[in-house]
Amino acid sequence: MLEIKNLHARIAEDGTEILRGIDLKVNAGEVHAVMGPNGSGKSTLSYILAGKEDYEVTEGEIIFHGENLLDMEPDERAAAGVFLAFQYPIEIPGVATMEFLKTAMNAQRKARGQAELTIPDFMKLVRAKAADLNVTMDMLKRPLNVGFSGGEKKRAEILQMSLLEPSLCVLDETDSGLDIDALRIVSEGVNKLRSPERAMIVITHYQRLLDHIVPDVVHVLSKGKIVKTGGKELALELEKNGYADYVGEAA
Amino acid sequence: MPAVQETIDQVKAIDVDQYKYGFVTDIDSEKGAKGLSEETVRFLSAKKDEPEWMTEWRLDALRRFRTMEEPDWARVDYPKIDFDALYYWAAPKSVEGPKSLDEVDPELLATYEKLGIPLREQEILAGVEPKNRVAVDAVFDSVSVVTTFKEELKKAGVIFCSISEALREYPDLVKKYLGSVVPVTDNYYATLNSAVFSDGSFVYIPEGVRCPMELSTYFRINEQNTGQFERTLIIADKGSYVSYLEGCTAPQRDENQLHAAVVELVALDDAEIKYSTVQNWFPGDSQGKGGIYNFVTKRGDCRGKNSKIAWTQVETGSAITWKYPSCILRGDNSVGEFYSIAVSNGYQQIDSGTKMIHLGKNTSSRIISKGISAGRSSNTYRGLVSAHKKASHTRNFTQCDSLLIGQECGAHTVPYIESKNASAVFEHEATTSKISDDQMFYCLQRGMNEEEAVALIVNGFVKDVIQQLPMEFAVEAQKLISISLEGSVG
Ligand SMILES: Nc1ncnc2c1ncn2[C@@H]1O[C@H](COP(=O)(O)OP(=O)(O)O)[C@@H](O)[C@H]1O
Ligand SMILES: [Mg+2]
Repeated sequence: MLEIKNLHARIAEDGTEILRGIDLKVNAGEVHAVMGPNGSGKSTLSYILAGKEDYEVTEGEIIFHGENLLDMEPDERAAAGVFLAFQYPIEIPGVATMEFLKTAMNAQRKARGQAELTIPDFMKLVRAKAADLNVTMDMLKRPLNVGFSGGEKKRAEILQMSLLEPSLCVLDETDSGLDIDALRIVSEGVNKLRSPERAMIVITHYQRLLDHIVPDVVHVLSKGKIVKTGGKELALELEKNGYADYVGEAA
Repeated sequence: MPAVQETIDQVKAIDVDQYKYGFVTDIDSEKGAKGLSEETVRFLSAKKDEPEWMTEWRLDALRRFRTMEEPDWARVDYPKIDFDALYYWAAPKSVEGPKSLDEVDPELLATYEKLGIPLREQEILAGVEPKNRVAVDAVFDSVSVVTTFKEELKKAGVIFCSISEALREYPDLVKKYLGSVVPVTDNYYATLNSAVFSDGSFVYIPEGVRCPMELSTYFRINEQNTGQFERTLIIADKGSYVSYLEGCTAPQRDENQLHAAVVELVALDDAEIKYSTVQNWFPGDSQGKGGIYNFVTKRGDCRGKNSKIAWTQVETGSAITWKYPSCILRGDNSVGEFYSIAVSNGYQQIDSGTKMIHLGKNTSSRIISKGISAGRSSNTYRGLVSAHKKASHTRNFTQCDSLLIGQECGAHTVPYIESKNASAVFEHEATTSKISDDQMFYCLQRGMNEEEAVALIVNGFVKDVIQQLPMEFAVEAQKLISISLEGSVG
């Protein structure tokens, strides 16, 4: 489904190189974890997948569903099935969460040539999925992410993900700022979305999340390169020994 | 009124200049002599069969206008207006005094249909009755073409007609109130208007009556080189209520056109007037050519105790807007409100705001202003809140928010506060924000395109004001704002 080949990228503004040759292949149905120390380029990778303008790809390519992802605009990528759950979700003042959800869903439907959802159909969908994630009606009426607690923000991200039904889910530090109960709720929400047609890239600093969302493959990212790939046991090893070994290897 | 998508598609189809109402009606029109003179004023007054005192009133205004200087304190910039190059009277030949709908020129009916203004009350009466009916006074250049639902309103005791008709039919009422809120010499443009106003609407709601439907006036400037000077006078007698809407458009022309209106509102004891405007005059093209110069004086007088006047405005059009709908809070416990959305794009210049003059005890006012600037436009909020020394326990809350889109526009906030009574509680809050790149990226990541994202964020920004508009207008206003901002990103 997704193939990243020899991806090099730098910050557009000052030319600092962040990603230095990433190769990653993710098949439908698989969950890949990307772990690594702070500053290793995990969020940068997720932003480049989503099409953020701050970065410039200097080498390599990304093929998604057989198409060149880097040629597509961010909204086209979204409509094609790329979803990014942000490490720091953005506040949209004045726009009720519900309104935002409706606009996003209909925008994607329009881009795919589907009819807009009727209000009752939309409400039915939102109610069902919101309940699973403990998202209350009150929260849906509040402006998106404005004054939301860390946990509320992450639950709102996963709610959007489950409504938009992307084929590639990229979760950037979805566990940060969550207490243990919230972590369980969010993980259950994510696990519900696991399916043979869908792939996931779960970015995390800690192994804790991977107890709940069990990955098929684990990668270690250090200084903009994947320095080690293994099974889920790699995460446990990292938990025990820390990143020190791999940081050294990359240098 | 047309549905969202339809409106957007139509507008896109027109031009890069996204103005939907830029068409010209091809109709035989009669114009008065060019230039501002005593003769022009006498001609106007005679055309309307006005009483002698009215002619004198106008001539007096003209004499005073000659002694006045054009104000230059507003943050707007335009070449000097040559008042002698303008026509002060233009009317479709087919219109001779107010008529019933069947007699109205089909070309005019077609124009209003194209503008989405419902004039056909027969159809409404015969067919399915919509929940909210609106009576319309349609003003085309210098004359009122038709006023709908007049008979039905009359049954409730409500007078709704053109000001020309009111001058003939209800001269005493007009004489009593005209110029009592905005005096003849109030300001340069108001004085000019007093001399040469052509038509406009007159409303009188009798004591204790709640007006049974929304009233509205729709202004259309069609003719070239013709100023439009309309005059609106609304009187809400004791314990009455009325909600009034005003809409306006003009054809797309290369020359600038002048619009200098005066609106006076009078609310007596326990009366309430809600006045909403959706101003969509031609703003000029994408190069800043053409567009309406809009110099308007709007003022409401809360003359009675416990009275209330609320102004709500959505300003998206005009090349230049100079407009400060205000409230004089004279009656004890009276309430003034001002809700405004001012959108500027391209080369538009807006200097707008309000004045809340607290004269009575326990009077309160509320100002919510939302300015959105895009393109190379300039958008200024200018407001005054004052308390007279005898006005005890007055309250004001002011909130001025500016949203900037792009790098080349400007937003300014100029609030004046004058409190001569120590018990006054005046609060002022102001914010300036931009649509951030992060917000845009977040919305795009969820599948919206840039225009959808801007529309969503802007609608969130103006929501508090939109909620103040009557339902039908709220939807239309939201669309209008999105359309006005099209092409402002990317
Ligand atoms: N837009 C940006 N501008 C400047 N520096 C950036 C930007 N994005 C990322 N960086 C820098 O690139 C490096 C990698 O950051 P990031 O991808 O956020 O790492 P991680 O998510 O693994 O913690 C860090 O040194 C960070 O400061
Ligand atoms: Mg990160």
